[in-house]
Amino acid sequence: MGIETGTVMLSIIGPEVVLVLAALGIMMTDLFVKSDSEQPFLMWIGFVGMLGALAVSASFWGKEAAYGFYGMVVADNFSAFFTTLFLIAGGLTLLMSSGYVRAQGIAAGEYYTLTLFATTGMVLMAQSTDLIMLFLGLEVLSVSLYVLAGMAQDSTRSAESSLKYFMLGAFSTGFLLYGIALLYGACGSTRLADIGSVLAQKQILREPMLLAGMGLLLTGFGFKIAMAPFHRWAPDVYEGAPTPITGFMSVGVKAAAFAALLRVFAGSLAALSPHWKELLWIGSVLTMTIGNVAALRQTNIKRMLAYSSIAHAGYILIGVVAGGSAGTGAVLYYLLVYTLMNIGAFAVVITIEQKGEKNLNLSAYAGIGSRHLALGAAMAVFMFSLAGIPPFSGFMGKFYIFSAAVKEGYIGLTIIAVLNSLVSVYYYLRVTVMMFMQEPESGAEEAAVFFHPALAGVLLIAIFFTVQMGLFPSSYLQFAQDSIKMFL
Amino acid sequence: MVGTTQYLVLGAVLFCIGVAGVFIRRNAIVVFMCIELMLSAVSLTFIALSRSQGSIDGQIFVFFIMTVAAAEAAVGLAIILSLYRRRQTINVDEFDLLKW
Amino acid sequence: MEQQLFWLWGGIAVISAVMMILKRNPVHSALCLVVVFVSLALLYVLLGAEFLAAVQVIVYAGAIMVLFLFVIMLLNLETEVRSQGLSRVAFKACSLAGTGLLLLLLLGGGAVKALRAMAPEQVSGVPGNTQAVAELLFTKYLLPFEVTSILLLAAIVGALVLAGKRD
Repeated sequence: MGIETGTVMLSIIGPEVVLVLAALGIMMTDLFVKSDSEQPFLMWIGFVGMLGALAVSASFWGKEAAYGFYGMVVADNFSAFFTTLFLIAGGLTLLMSSGYVRAQGIAAGEYYTLTLFATTGMVLMAQSTDLIMLFLGLEVLSVSLYVLAGMAQDSTRSAESSLKYFMLGAFSTGFLLYGIALLYGACGSTRLADIGSVLAQKQILREPMLLAGMGLLLTGFGFKIAMAPFHRWAPDVYEGAPTPITGFMSVGVKAAAFAALLRVFAGSLAALSPHWKELLWIGSVLTMTIGNVAALRQTNIKRMLAYSSIAHAGYILIGVVAGGSAGTGAVLYYLLVYTLMNIGAFAVVITIEQKGEKNLNLSAYAGIGSRHLALGAAMAVFMFSLAGIPPFSGFMGKFYIFSAAVKEGYIGLTIIAVLNSLVSVYYYLRVTVMMFMQEPESGAEEAAVFFHPALAGVLLIAIFFTVQMGLFPSSYLQFAQDSIKMFL
Repeated sequence: MVGTTQYLVLGAVLFCIGVAGVFIRRNAIVVFMCIELMLSAVSLTFIALSRSQGSIDGQIFVFFIMTVAAAEAAVGLAIILSLYRRRQTINVDEFDLLKW
Repeated sequence: MEQQLFWLWGGIAVISAVMMILKRNPVHSALCLVVVFVSLALLYVLLGAEFLAAVQVIVYAGAIMVLFLFVIMLLNLETEVRSQGLSRVAFKACSLAGTGLLLLLLLGGGAVKALRAMAPEQVSGVPGNTQAVAELLFTKYLLPFEVTSILLLAAIVGALVLAGKRD
């Protein structure tokens, strides 16, 4: 007896198909790459793949939500928004990596292949409408990143980072899965829409199985977005991973996890919102406070950015807690803003970093601003934006999130967040002050700067959008608002 | 017939043993085995729930969990191997990574 | 009958799981985990998931755990194993565990037959669990099934680049 598979609509997973084809293309081409100088060719295959996927995903924008594969995936505005975000993050990561991979002696073919696979996983997560797809997308993403984190050659730190990331990632997967299992038991389906409708009809929402499932799911996601108290892995992993991958993780994985969090919690588990909002409230306060306070005393720039990334997850959680059109829209806007400014900051770190993890200490930044004015100015823009100083986009992001929170009556949360932002100004400005106003220690050799045209391109793009999204935020905010119509 | 609850309790017990193992063991490979135990406990939960729902969707989920476990095992053991090579230590306890 | 079998296999699973986290030698832990997996497979049979029971034994107890043991042996090769020899205890444990497994399997086979005799109808209400799984896998779950191929490919590339020989 044959099995009727039904019509297969590949167009819905178009971005994934393009990305996977590009990844396979890189693997094939890698066989013929003889010398190091041909490596950038691999990167450009990946980059073209990202652009192609971007074009496909742009074609989904503004159309009716199209479901495919028996309701496993959907192509709607929400997925198009996040796909765009992932492809921006992925594309910029590829550009940043080009020179870095060569300088550090990383296996280029595998590196680019896995970066594309990781991006594929993210896109799958944003498109999935079933917990099983969500889970598999997350795994494709995680497995690729476990390896990428450990790919810096001859670096024990990188290998340790990889092991730590892997162990905690797999551990959190266990919680996530258990949560999914209990939700399946309580609602009879793993389909997000079905779960939503079952919960909407239920009279009593205090079923232990349901609440335990929700809690476990939140724990699983908490690990992925490095929400306190599940954030402990992030600094070590971010410090050890190859720098472009750290940048990619800090924006891409975070955004993918938030996309899934929104789809599952704001979408399907909306009926349970009093319960999870309470938990996220606490999580948000802990996350930003711990992130900011710990960032104050970091001397390694990557660790500092890791704690900063934890703190930013805390701010974004405020938007999730506030919910509604304003809150959720602000979350999306903030994620977009954060992606560009953080990638920019990492691009500067890569420029200054030397082979063998040198020049990652903050003291290496002393005086660089006066010798390389453009680089110093770029870092200043990103640091000001991350600190939330107007007129940069980071300010507008925080402004939208905080005003949404105030509107929903979360005054206490907003006050804590504003105080936190004030604390964060110190460590962001410290980098800038270091670069412009301090002289390198006498006797220390002058830090050479690693210049690469692709890296300069990344810096220009990041600066442009960080400034532009801050000065003219309305169209981007509209983009974010249009993406979340189905939650409202 | 054994009630679903019994299976769920068994699954929960095994899951907790796995979690406990992750916390008390310092050997990276054994910690990883404890994680595998956690995944298996979830699989049991899925199959039990699948029977109580009268559908086999839960079983399909277990199929995917096994695939994921296989992929993670391959990658995880490769990571452990590569760290071992760099550290040149025999005793994996010295990795001492899972400080919480 | 099902009650007794549940308690037997569930008990074995829990006891071996506890042993796994208490044993100091990773090889012993791995063997305990194999026992857990096999007893779980037998529980799957009780639950009417024969296909998954088979996959559990073949993939988990067979492939994954062999990989684990292989790596453990590889890493311990230099000190523990050579200086002390592969201890007799380990051999004993191996043979004990092997015999136990064999018994468990035989018992399981017998129990399945007994169960069949008692309750001929399938729990899931479809003819043949494997067929039902296959049908769902290639219709409703076609996309997840395809995505696992990407997952496995990523895992292969990753494992090779990390563990493979560098020049």
